[in-house]
Amino acid sequence: MSVIGEGLAEAVRLLVTLDPEVMDITLRTLQVSCTATFISVLIGIPIGTVLALKRFIGRGFTVSMVNFGMGLPPVVVGLGTWLCLTRYGPFGALGLLYTPSAMIIAQAVIASPIVAGFTIAAIQSIHPKLRLQILALGATRIQYLLLLLWEARLGILAAVIAGFGGVISEVGASMMVGGNVRGYTRVLTTATVLEVSKGRFELATALSTILLALAFCITAALSYLQQRGR
Amino acid sequence: MIKRIFIASLVFFCGFFFTGLLQVQKAAAAEPKVKDIILATTTSTVDSGLLDVLIPKFEKETGYRVKTISAGTGQALAMGEKGEADVLLCHAPSAEKKLVDEGAVVNYQLVMHNDFVIVGPTGDPAGIKGKTSSEAFRTIADKGVIFISRGDDSGTHKKEKAVWKSIEVNPQGQKWYHESGQGMGATLLMASEKQGYTLTDRGTYLAQKANVKLDILSEGDKALLNIYHVMQVNPEKFGKVNSEGGKAFVEFMIALETQKIIGEFGKDKFGSPLFFPDAGKQM
Repeated sequence: MSVIGEGLAEAVRLLVTLDPEVMDITLRTLQVSCTATFISVLIGIPIGTVLALKRFIGRGFTVSMVNFGMGLPPVVVGLGTWLCLTRYGPFGALGLLYTPSAMIIAQAVIASPIVAGFTIAAIQSIHPKLRLQILALGATRIQYLLLLLWEARLGILAAVIAGFGGVISEVGASMMVGGNVRGYTRVLTTATVLEVSKGRFELATALSTILLALAFCITAALSYLQQRGR
Repeated sequence: MIKRIFIASLVFFCGFFFTGLLQVQKAAAAEPKVKDIILATTTSTVDSGLLDVLIPKFEKETGYRVKTISAGTGQALAMGEKGEADVLLCHAPSAEKKLVDEGAVVNYQLVMHNDFVIVGPTGDPAGIKGKTSSEAFRTIADKGVIFISRGDDSGTHKKEKAVWKSIEVNPQGQKWYHESGQGMGATLLMASEKQGYTLTDRGTYLAQKANVKLDILSEGDKALLNIYHVMQVNPEKFGKVNSEGGKAFVEFMIALETQKIIGEFGKDKFGSPLFFPDAGKQM
């Protein structure tokens, strides 16, 4: 119990005094996870939209692959990314292993199916008659798509929230492809693991608290966006 | 109106994401690639805090950036064997010898030592206190008390397996034998929670001492010396290895000044040093 109390006190102290190392780690966590979420939105929403609207051969299989991907274990993604990025691996020439970019790649791979899956559900839950109506009113293709996305905005924001929540909390892939290098690829989750193995539980609790606060702030902002005027 | 606010906030968020992207890329591009050194090492040098002292000093002196990958010695050696690291700092001399003979690593240098100790619950239910390592292990096996093994092919795990082999006991699959599969710090915590015995390097134990209810029960055995070497991954065998950086790190680790820091490290906090500098000595 005292560890939890001291950890909370430590978290407040680290935040109030703007401890440079903790600030650095927190900022990096935000940058990596936000960038990864952004990329996954760019990938996931178009894929989700196409899968929701188009009928083509192999669609059912693709949708089930996306749904399967939503539960992709981060550590497997981490291993796959690691193997691809190692010096003598297929993408070794890029020299990306143990960089923040490698972490962004791994996290984007984790989040993209989540975003795509939620997008499919969001668009398909729009009443089919609405789609007909939009078309009947003479909307162009682009207008039709934008209107549909607009109507599905609640679900799509949920997709972004879920994607972000998935990557900011994951540790396996970040540890593997980032390497937890101090001042470079150390993020809140990997720092927490390290501090536990160092036996500094107060600091680990403090880092976890900051991670929770961060995740809460971002999701709260997105939820506000989602729920406004409702 | 609502729509406009919505779009505005969306643009804001996108902008935020983009700056993040740019900053991350900038950070990655700021230093030339060859400035990076990948150091694959054992958890004990990181968990004990030693590298937190040494690496910043090295980086400041040389301008290199060290990417410390803290893994078990097994993984560190495997990374060296495949040319995925530039320099290794490990503690499994017999396994390291193989890499030296294969020509996977060069510039093999003795850095420091400490020792392994057998720790267990304060009450010592198995009664191993004061016994040598092989006697202690035999007692643990005979009485079937919980023993937590690293189980990760690390230097400590290799040492532990060597002791089991020397007394011809195969603990694998026994009910009292648990493999944590984690680093030394986490394994000590597990041993403490389960009130079991484990083999640990002295440095990590001293660093964790305040958090665990474990005492040193067997120590000073010559078989339990824990010897650390630093070595460069052979740049002639692996063209992508940063040979300059690896060489600089090896030289730094055996330099007089660094050796002095190693000898002092931990004295203020634990009353005794965690590592004993050895560079230049014959083992």
